[in-house]
Amino acid sequence: MSPVLAGVLQLLALIAALALAHRPLGDHMARVYSSDKHLRVEKWIYKGIGANPNTEMRWPAYLRGVLAFSLAGMLFLYLLQRLQGSLPGSLGFRAIDPDQAFNTAASFVANTNWQSYYGEQAMGHVVQTGGLAVQNFVSAAVGIAVAVALVRGFARSRTGELGNFWADLVRGVVRVLIPISVVGALVLVACGALQNFSGIHGVGQFTGGEQQWNGGAVASQEAIKELGTNGGGYFNANSAHPFENPNPISNLFEIFLILVIPFALTRTFGRMVGSIRQGYAILATMATIWVGFTALMMWTEFHHGGPAFDLAGGAMEGKETRFGIGGSALFATSTTLTSTGAVNSFHSSYTGFGGGITMLGMQLGEIAPGGVGSGLYGMLIMAIIAVFIAGLMVGRTPEYLGKKIGTREIKLAACYILVTPALVLGFTGASMALSTPKDSLLNTGAHGFSEVLYAFTSGANNNGSAFAGLSADTPWFNTTIGLAMLLGRFLPMVFVLALAGSLAAQKPVPATVGTLRTEKPLFSGLLVGTLMIITGLTYFPALALGPLAEGLAS
Amino acid sequence: MNNSVGNTARLLGAGLRALLVLTVLCGVLYPLAVTGVAQALFHDKANGSEIEDGGRVVGSELIGQRYDLPLKKGQETPEPDLKWFQPRPSNGLGENTVNTRYQLILSGATNLAGDSGAKKTDGGRKEVCDPRAEEGLCAQVLAARDAVIKDNSTAGHTVRPADIPAEAVTSSGSGLDPHISPKYAELQVHRVAERNGLSVEDVDRLVEKNTDGRILGFVGEPRVNVLKLNIDLKHLVTDKG
Repeated sequence: MSPVLAGVLQLLALIAALALAHRPLGDHMARVYSSDKHLRVEKWIYKGIGANPNTEMRWPAYLRGVLAFSLAGMLFLYLLQRLQGSLPGSLGFRAIDPDQAFNTAASFVANTNWQSYYGEQAMGHVVQTGGLAVQNFVSAAVGIAVAVALVRGFARSRTGELGNFWADLVRGVVRVLIPISVVGALVLVACGALQNFSGIHGVGQFTGGEQQWNGGAVASQEAIKELGTNGGGYFNANSAHPFENPNPISNLFEIFLILVIPFALTRTFGRMVGSIRQGYAILATMATIWVGFTALMMWTEFHHGGPAFDLAGGAMEGKETRFGIGGSALFATSTTLTSTGAVNSFHSSYTGFGGGITMLGMQLGEIAPGGVGSGLYGMLIMAIIAVFIAGLMVGRTPEYLGKKIGTREIKLAACYILVTPALVLGFTGASMALSTPKDSLLNTGAHGFSEVLYAFTSGANNNGSAFAGLSADTPWFNTTIGLAMLLGRFLPMVFVLALAGSLAAQKPVPATVGTLRTEKPLFSGLLVGTLMIITGLTYFPALALGPLAEGLAS
Repeated sequence: MNNSVGNTARLLGAGLRALLVLTVLCGVLYPLAVTGVAQALFHDKANGSEIEDGGRVVGSELIGQRYDLPLKKGQETPEPDLKWFQPRPSNGLGENTVNTRYQLILSGATNLAGDSGAKKTDGGRKEVCDPRAEEGLCAQVLAARDAVIKDNSTAGHTVRPADIPAEAVTSSGSGLDPHISPKYAELQVHRVAERNGLSVEDVDRLVEKNTDGRILGFVGEPRVNVLKLNIDLKHLVTDKG
């Protein structure tokens, strides 16, 4: 069997597995976020928090909950790193420097998991397991909560109430993320991922001497790292490290974990707004882009354009033998079209066009299928834009799911889509204009520019993967990328929740013959086009200077 | 004003309490439970899939290692011990820089671009690797290719550049790739047989025995575990000797 055919069959197997999980998981999440009942363990947690889970919140209250919880998480994670030197279970690692600790705290709270540190050489058990992995759970749960709040905005009328943030947060962790993570972690251990609390120890080698490793709770962190679309690796090499991703089965399984919640949330959305077919239209849009990008990525990587790859006879630099080109390309598009940013192969050593595809995936706003929660709300915002454009074409007031898209709604949607491009292009421009940030570049020319563009694209879109040639552990990059991650996460959430509030307060508009049928393939097509045009126009000049210039020269 | 400060403090307090409760759940109970089950059910795998040979741990099935000659005086990097099958290059693998108490392995890739070390031709429109490239990925691939040809060409067997698979001259993502492709293993057979005084057929059989195909016929790529192959090779040499 040729490697290309094997790659395509792996893609098909993945699609089959996702399709099997779609209904049960999507329906389960719809029940979780609609139910009135509280589990016993949840009642204990609410008692600990001191919050009443039955209080309905309007959007400002919901937003305050999100921000207060995230701020507390950031302070806690920052302090944990700064105190690492004095904590037990830290394997002798010292405290993290202030700028790096800020960057890492911002990164994990913002569901980005950009890493300017080397996991196996900087973080002990306490910070990894008690700090970073906890944010992997809760930042994911916050993302789903905000998405659910927006869905409630569409589903409810003449209220303004969006649910209870604490209840949504806790249910996401207890009823969705933990059960799947437990099973996922055990599957990964069965494949060979580490799961222990051993210290740093020497392991004998074949020719004598020894290698030194540190053990750790790797599999348990790996499972939620993929499931919560976080992406922060236990080790520097992330999912390319054999202890994180031991064999081709674990590789396919990790890609499945990345995609399963974001795709299933479209069914949750359909259920909650009372029309499964509306969910299918969103799903179709996401799936079209994801499959299209994956096919393009496989083509360019198997074709291996680039001087050094031509010489080597294949683009295997930065890729593992057990995954090959197919398994690596599949992982790369899935991780950049969601907000994951875990890598099983190093994007900086992809072909020029391959690197461009990973960047474009993030620049689309990570909506195909996107991060847990953030993918759904990002796509719904784009759906509002698409409805608006369609409304302009036929000259009638746009409406979506029975809600009028008026001035206030379209202003909020427009603000949402402007935040990340402003951050990405602004910070990239500043880094290239100043003299010192450029010392961090590993490669020169077009690829050097791509390293910086990738870093801010990844940060502001909360992805976390890197063209890792960039030495990002400098005060400039730690601070600016840290800010890009925080603003790129929480500003859009402000607009999403404000929009949700204003939608929930409306009374429903009855559908007429003139209403755009948003559950039809025509609308999915319109949505794909809107996404490509809006993103293409925003980022095309920057992409032309980086990956396109590199790809066209080879 | 006082009221809003008070409200903010109350809210932050709730956030902090929520974080602490969820830390106990996700950062203590979850990893401990998974570790407990993993250690009970998959003890060897959860602890690094170590391989023993002759009563001694010789490494992990999952982690690549070097098969080098002892470092001679004046050498900075050791030479490969050509008696053994050789792994992929690992130019991205680092030394530890932070924790000076240990010599930890730092996993990682080179992150070099496909056009690093290339020069422009065709009026500046195309880029190719300079055959005298001294830096970048071009230089690394050239050096690795020359070494593969020189090391593996024996009296009756010449290696041509077209025989060399891509992974033999490139570094992996982790720098710890435990595998090589069956093609690269076969390419090394003549050399290994000669250096160990074995027949090519015997060594071929070892490679065949240690080749893993795609799982279920399509998942992953065919591969040879270098450590397991070298252990078998060692036994074969001992048995014959």
